[in-house]
Amino acid sequence: MLSYAWLIPVFPLCAMAVIMLLTHRNRVVSAALSITAVSIAFLYAWAIAFTVWGNPEVQRFSFDWLNLGPSMHIPIGIQIDGLTAMMLIVVTTVALMVQIYSLGYMHGDPRFSRYYAFLSLFTMAMLTLVLADNFFLMFVAWELVGLASYLLIGFWFEKQSASDAGKKAFITTRLGDLGFIIGLLMIYTGCGTLTFGGVFDAVKTGVLGGAFLTTAAIFLFGGAIGKSAQVPLHVWLPDAMEGPTPVWAVIHAATMVVAGVYLVARSLTIFMGAETAAMTVAWIGIITSLMAASIGLVQNDIKRVLAFSTVSQLGYMIMALGLGGFTAGTFHLMTHAFFKSLLFLGAGSVIHAVHTNDIREMGGLHAKMKTTSITFLIAAFAIAGIFPLSGFWSKDEIVASTLGHPVFTVLTLLVAFMTAFYMFRLYFLTFTGTPRDKHKFEHAHESPKVMTYPLIFLAVLSVVSGWIGLPWLHHGFSSVVYHHEPHHAEFHYGLAAISLLVGLSGIGLAYLMYYKRRIDPDRIATSMSGLYNTLLNKYYFDEAYEVLVIKPYYVMCQGWFWFDQHIIDGLVNGAGAFGVLWGRFQRWADETFVDGAVNGIGWLTRGFGATIRYLQTGSLQNYAFIVFAALVILWILR
Amino acid sequence: MSGLLSWMIFLPLIGAIVALFMPKDNHRLIRGVAFVATLLPLILTVVLLAQYDPSTAEFQFVEKAAWIPGLNVNYHLGADGIAVPMLALTTLLSFLAALVSFNITKRVKEYFAFFLLLETGMLGVFASLDFFLFYVFWEVMLVPMYFLIGIWGGPRKEYAAIKFFLYTLFGSIFMLVAVLALYFTSTPHSLSIIEHIQRAPQMTRGFQLFAFVFFFIAFAIKIPTLPFHTWLPDAHVEAPTAVSVLLAGVLLKMGTYGLLRISFPMFPEATRFFAWPMAILGVAGIIYGAMVCMAQTDLKKLVAYSSVSHMGYCLVGMAAVGSVAGISGCMFQMVSHGLITGALFTLVGVIYDRAHTREINAFGGMWIKVPVYSGIMILFVLGSLGLPGLSGFVSEFMVFLGAFPYFKITVAIGVVGVLLTAAYFLRMIQKMFLGPVAGHTAELTEINFREIVAVTPLAILMIALGIYPALLSNLIQPTIENLVRLIGAGA
Repeated sequence: MLSYAWLIPVFPLCAMAVIMLLTHRNRVVSAALSITAVSIAFLYAWAIAFTVWGNPEVQRFSFDWLNLGPSMHIPIGIQIDGLTAMMLIVVTTVALMVQIYSLGYMHGDPRFSRYYAFLSLFTMAMLTLVLADNFFLMFVAWELVGLASYLLIGFWFEKQSASDAGKKAFITTRLGDLGFIIGLLMIYTGCGTLTFGGVFDAVKTGVLGGAFLTTAAIFLFGGAIGKSAQVPLHVWLPDAMEGPTPVWAVIHAATMVVAGVYLVARSLTIFMGAETAAMTVAWIGIITSLMAASIGLVQNDIKRVLAFSTVSQLGYMIMALGLGGFTAGTFHLMTHAFFKSLLFLGAGSVIHAVHTNDIREMGGLHAKMKTTSITFLIAAFAIAGIFPLSGFWSKDEIVASTLGHPVFTVLTLLVAFMTAFYMFRLYFLTFTGTPRDKHKFEHAHESPKVMTYPLIFLAVLSVVSGWIGLPWLHHGFSSVVYHHEPHHAEFHYGLAAISLLVGLSGIGLAYLMYYKRRIDPDRIATSMSGLYNTLLNKYYFDEAYEVLVIKPYYVMCQGWFWFDQHIIDGLVNGAGAFGVLWGRFQRWADETFVDGAVNGIGWLTRGFGATIRYLQTGSLQNYAFIVFAALVILWILR
Repeated sequence: MSGLLSWMIFLPLIGAIVALFMPKDNHRLIRGVAFVATLLPLILTVVLLAQYDPSTAEFQFVEKAAWIPGLNVNYHLGADGIAVPMLALTTLLSFLAALVSFNITKRVKEYFAFFLLLETGMLGVFASLDFFLFYVFWEVMLVPMYFLIGIWGGPRKEYAAIKFFLYTLFGSIFMLVAVLALYFTSTPHSLSIIEHIQRAPQMTRGFQLFAFVFFFIAFAIKIPTLPFHTWLPDAHVEAPTAVSVLLAGVLLKMGTYGLLRISFPMFPEATRFFAWPMAILGVAGIIYGAMVCMAQTDLKKLVAYSSVSHMGYCLVGMAAVGSVAGISGCMFQMVSHGLITGALFTLVGVIYDRAHTREINAFGGMWIKVPVYSGIMILFVLGSLGLPGLSGFVSEFMVFLGAFPYFKITVAIGVVGVLLTAAYFLRMIQKMFLGPVAGHTAELTEINFREIVAVTPLAILMIALGIYPALLSNLIQPTIENLVRLIGAGA
């Protein structure tokens, strides 16, 4: 069973290859292949989960991928433990739901087969990522996930905004990946291996430690900042909604964005060995969470609200991990995957019906699409952390993980309040009240069953998946993911009550503002227009990047190109021109002096000869005269 | 099979001579000759790979005969783990480039005669173990290249051809001086590369530094490293497609090959002395090349400048002189860059043939109009930007892993190149392939069978090396371990 677990990513890989090479003209076969592959992976994942949970031993299988001696020895392989099993279930579940849902959502798209090929590629990469037993293979999968998201975000690449978003996602996450690479280089240099076991042993035995480990850990975290959209690299995620909505659910709710969380969770030993790095992680997490939640308060695009909600919830998980809350972070990762993908798919269902993203043009849709509305409401309650839905249990663990750090506790509760508020603002504006756009409302309809059934399935999971964390179960969720060192905050009834209260008050405020209309939101917006605009413009991050990074970089590149053409090549051409000039000068010198000298001698000789010639007259009188004259001169000189 | 290397080297020359006897207007016949004359060395390469014993660093397939006994010049050939991949790359790319050249219609006979002579020169450089022979092949290569660029090139062909010729010749003079110095300082006077490597421990530090620098100038121009690179964009852009393929795929590797074959084992002390400057030059090339790429509007020039950037990885890798991973990474990058850039130039040629322009801004939405071509192009671009699963990633990772312990900050800066490369390539993809159909895209027709055949082997090798690098590393490892030992042995 376990020893063939490497087959799990192979199924979707084969599906992708077959679709690309053979069946891309046949839509039905392509979709069927892809869904079959992910179904097998889904079943396999559950089988593995039960095997692992029943027999909590870490299983490893590896082979030498490259062995160049000590300077580079990279075995790659897979490892299966509770965390991996949990991730496999999350990934395959959401991937399966999304692929079924897409049958309806993508119906009629001309590149339907290609869509399924890309989804299979994505699933393959993500499954490899969670199965890897070493940082190297994880990085490989990590990059392939990035490629798949690039292709899927820019799937409708005819649209300028879609191809922009794909590029932005790829490059922004790759900026984080630079940190990942440097972290890997440092770790390998420090301990000569990249397998999880080897690295963690090196940390525990102190081979890796001190400032070196801290630096490495912070660089490594750079990868997570990029992939999990943490400040300041969160900017790609909201734009990524240009892709097809189901894609967006699979990438941004359940899988790709949690890869960063998974990275931190998986290498928590490293962060726990480097306290400064861990606190950096925690601070980045809570800042991200606060910032994104505050932006979510005012957005009017249904997808954008959910996008910032995702960023905010990821910040939660990251913060919990930074504070050592392994169970809290991974537990929330799982529950969030279910309720957030439900929210995304629900939003997709709404957009499918009304053909707009703008909640100002919606309203009253509950009457038209009951299933979507109810499942959306369940997810909203779950994310708000309302008892007894899944979010309640995992959010409680997150709050519990902040105990001992009062600043974090307060901020975490503040985020919880804002989350509850903006989710219910979204719900009320979309599904309740009177329709604000009559025309769109008239045409709205419930989505087909192939789309609503996945919603129902995910709604069930959004309710029950948190029950693993029930306080009267021994060790709760930690027994699922964390066998060797029980690391579980006790269930805290007081905290649970407080966080429940906070969530309810957030819902209450939204109820008053957007359902009962007792408080006018526009008045608040105008009275605090500075803050409102800052939030609406997402703290001007995009603008700042444009002005501070992208434009200057581009100008700098142009400058270097100018330098290359005019200075470096100018020198080369100058040297060439100098050669030519020198040649001309030499020719001139040759012609003037050397030739001149030669010609001069010739001229002299000729001139001399011409002069002397006059002596040779052939006349005896002349000769006699010369002889006589010579004798006279000799006689005088005597 | 005795004389395997000689056959490999001189079959193209025989082909060139045969081609000269063919009637000038029978293009099919001449192409047929070129096809056979490049295919046979490729087949011999398979034999070579099959017979090569990868467990030793010794030279194999050695051929040695006295040539000019008075000067102690020998006809001395041999191949080891550094030479074999280069020979294989050369025969493969020559064969594929010959296929690519089938659309040449101007003075076909001369074209293929020069082309085949060029292959002889290239193969000769990679197999020579005698300085005299090495130098002869090195110069033999220049002449056909000069004519290939100068006659069949683009608008600025004369300028590019002369610049290429003179620049390389300028470097060769330094090499010649160093070779003469080696010759006259040895007793008995010798031109054998192997003998000079053996006497490396007796060379003084000063002599090593001098000789290293002189050889380095010759090789640095070929690679090319900053700041000797400006002949490259001109030559690559003006050369006909197939010649660009060989220039980028094979000729650039002669610089790095020369360093690994001659400079490193022969002047170990100087090599260690200059390791750090080489790493700096390499990183500067990576970053600088990538930034200049960002400013390009001509697709072929972009690919040309990307070579400057990518050859920087080679230099960084080999600068890690004590690391098997670093130098192996350099070898990997040489092979990988040859495969990928060879294909990229071929693919640039494909659209130039159809649209008669290479301006990036003149295209848009090509993925809609020519999906197969676009898919192939994007695959190679992904290879070039170092996507895992393709060969470029393996070589970059090996280079970084090998060099990082020696030059931490320098390599960390070099890692940024990974991002900058993605930036300029994705920008190009977005402008040309994504978005709505625009500009000259409408004139394009889908890539044809011959062109697909020309890039398919490259794609297969790129993926194979990316997934299972041991295919190549097994071949080169003993040689590189030996090289690392030699470099360390001079202390």
